[in-house]
Amino acid sequence: MSVSKRFRWSAVLDHSILIIGSLIMILPVVMLLQMASTTDIHTMKNGPGLIFGDQLPVNFEKAMFKADGFTGANTGVRMLYNSMILGFGFAIGKIVIGMMAAYAIVYFRLRFATLAFWVIFTTLLLPLEVRILPSYEIVQRLGMLNTYQGLIIPLIASATATFFFRQFFRSIPEELVEAARIDGAGPIKFFVDILVPLSRTMIAAMFIIMFVYGWNQYLWPTMITTEEGMFTLVRGIKQITQTLEGTNLPEYGRSNLLAIIAILPPVLIVIFFQSWFVKGLTESDK
Amino acid sequence: MAQVSLNNVRKVYPNGFEAVKPASFRIEDGEFVVLVGPSGCGKSTMLRMIAGLEDISDGALTIGDRVVNDVDPADRDIAMVFQNYALYPHMTVAKNIGYGLKNRKIPAADIAAKVQEAATMLNLTDYLDRKPSQLSGGQRQRVAMGRAIVRDPSLFLFDEPLSNLDAKLRNQMRIEIKALQRRLGVTSVYVTHDQVEAMTMADRIIVMNAGRIEQIGTPAEVYHSPASTFVASFMGAPPMNLLTGRAEAGRVRVGNVMLHQHHEDRDLTVGIRPEDIIPDSHGHLEVEVTLIEELGAHRLLHGQMQGHPLTIHVGKDHPVETGHIRAAIKPNAVSLFDPASGVRL
Repeated sequence: MSVSKRFRWSAVLDHSILIIGSLIMILPVVMLLQMASTTDIHTMKNGPGLIFGDQLPVNFEKAMFKADGFTGANTGVRMLYNSMILGFGFAIGKIVIGMMAAYAIVYFRLRFATLAFWVIFTTLLLPLEVRILPSYEIVQRLGMLNTYQGLIIPLIASATATFFFRQFFRSIPEELVEAARIDGAGPIKFFVDILVPLSRTMIAAMFIIMFVYGWNQYLWPTMITTEEGMFTLVRGIKQITQTLEGTNLPEYGRSNLLAIIAILPPVLIVIFFQSWFVKGLTESDK
Repeated sequence: MAQVSLNNVRKVYPNGFEAVKPASFRIEDGEFVVLVGPSGCGKSTMLRMIAGLEDISDGALTIGDRVVNDVDPADRDIAMVFQNYALYPHMTVAKNIGYGLKNRKIPAADIAAKVQEAATMLNLTDYLDRKPSQLSGGQRQRVAMGRAIVRDPSLFLFDEPLSNLDAKLRNQMRIEIKALQRRLGVTSVYVTHDQVEAMTMADRIIVMNAGRIEQIGTPAEVYHSPASTFVASFMGAPPMNLLTGRAEAGRVRVGNVMLHQHHEDRDLTVGIRPEDIIPDSHGHLEVEVTLIEELGAHRLLHGQMQGHPLTIHVGKDHPVETGHIRAAIKPNAVSLFDPASGVRL
């Protein structure tokens, strides 16, 4: 390969666009950090700026352990914990249900498998926002308000995951299924021993998407959780910034630090699974 | 070890397509039978019915002394080697080979011993901890073989196992598979579209065409006495020369050349293997050679005789020149077929 050392303006242009783009992406995070490092009064007076303060530990203390409201249950730690449960419950539940549904559709001779699949698929047209009243009523009647089940189960069936797993399973060669049949692997063994390990890249990808989706849920937790101990981070932060009343200042430092904390788990999940994802892609061939 | 017998076994798909017409034959204990035919002839369907991967529409399939029509593939005491190897990509070689045994609840120590034994037999001992993706095509094929051997089945089934390998490796694996089968003495059914594989490996060949069995016989029988024009043209490279002729007054003629004796007056298709025609300055065939193919060990002369295309197989010493030559036919080397049905007379 010949390496051209020639100076190219197009390269400068390309890089400028990339650099400007990444600055635009990073700037809000820097602003969050800046506001989290100063006192609330400073932020109130000056707005976001470029001067970092020394209030980070104080704000961190408040963000993680301070509770307001009546019960004192909605500390940052508690909200982080709730968000984690929602994120993981969401992602794992959706993957398990999606995989099993796709397995049934692809590998079993069901009478109306194709119809069933398309019915599942059309539910993509009915997101939660459309069916929020009936969904709420069902959860309420089942007595699942203010519970983790109530947060997770109504959203656990995923047309997206089912669709992706279906496409993936269809790409697995028929001969592998037949070899497994001759090797005496029944339906459950085949699923557990062959299909699940083969799907690990797909599972990783789905996990990233579904975890972030669950983590970022705002409307549903707002409706289902009224007890402060059940608040998730995303809805809890809003509660904190809203408390501008009387002579109270909004707690900028605390809420901005919480926002940063709320960003971290999805970022970590993406970083962690991405390396796994690439490894799976390069090492396995079907 | 087992005999396999098929009694009017037939496969009809739900759309009415008859992939395998009623077929009956018997495979003896320890025999190596090759199913050969062009793609779509039903040979793979036949094999898959024996394996239990495809339902049998009609008839009875017996393996050993058991009718197995409704027996699950895992319980038929068979092992199968697939065209694309069908190795489990996420398992090591050892796990791939041992997976079938693990599902039979055989103790781990026994599995390890059997896997080791099979690996030694196939020169795979250095690769037991590798994944299939880290192996070459030939090694993957060996792992697939190992997976079959380790189960100690009474019947091996091969579904075009060598077609993904390059020519050199294919020749080598062909010999290895044949030698292994001899050593283990396991009854085997081998599907291929490659007539060279069929000729070299088989104890008996079953030639199929359009869902029907055209001929069952030893390689020599199939080659020298093809049961139909289809077999004549499918087996052998280059294929048998098929000429249109007519029998009159006890003689078979192609154009005005007298070839053979035949008692009945009728139209005929005359088949002659290229190597059964010998250049001979006193011969009564007059051939116009238009093209010569050089194959090193021998040469192929392509030409015309009485307006019929003709191929002659000659030694490497035959001069390389086109033009008019005379040739003779070896005694008893002519096959006669009915021109309408293609059936041997």
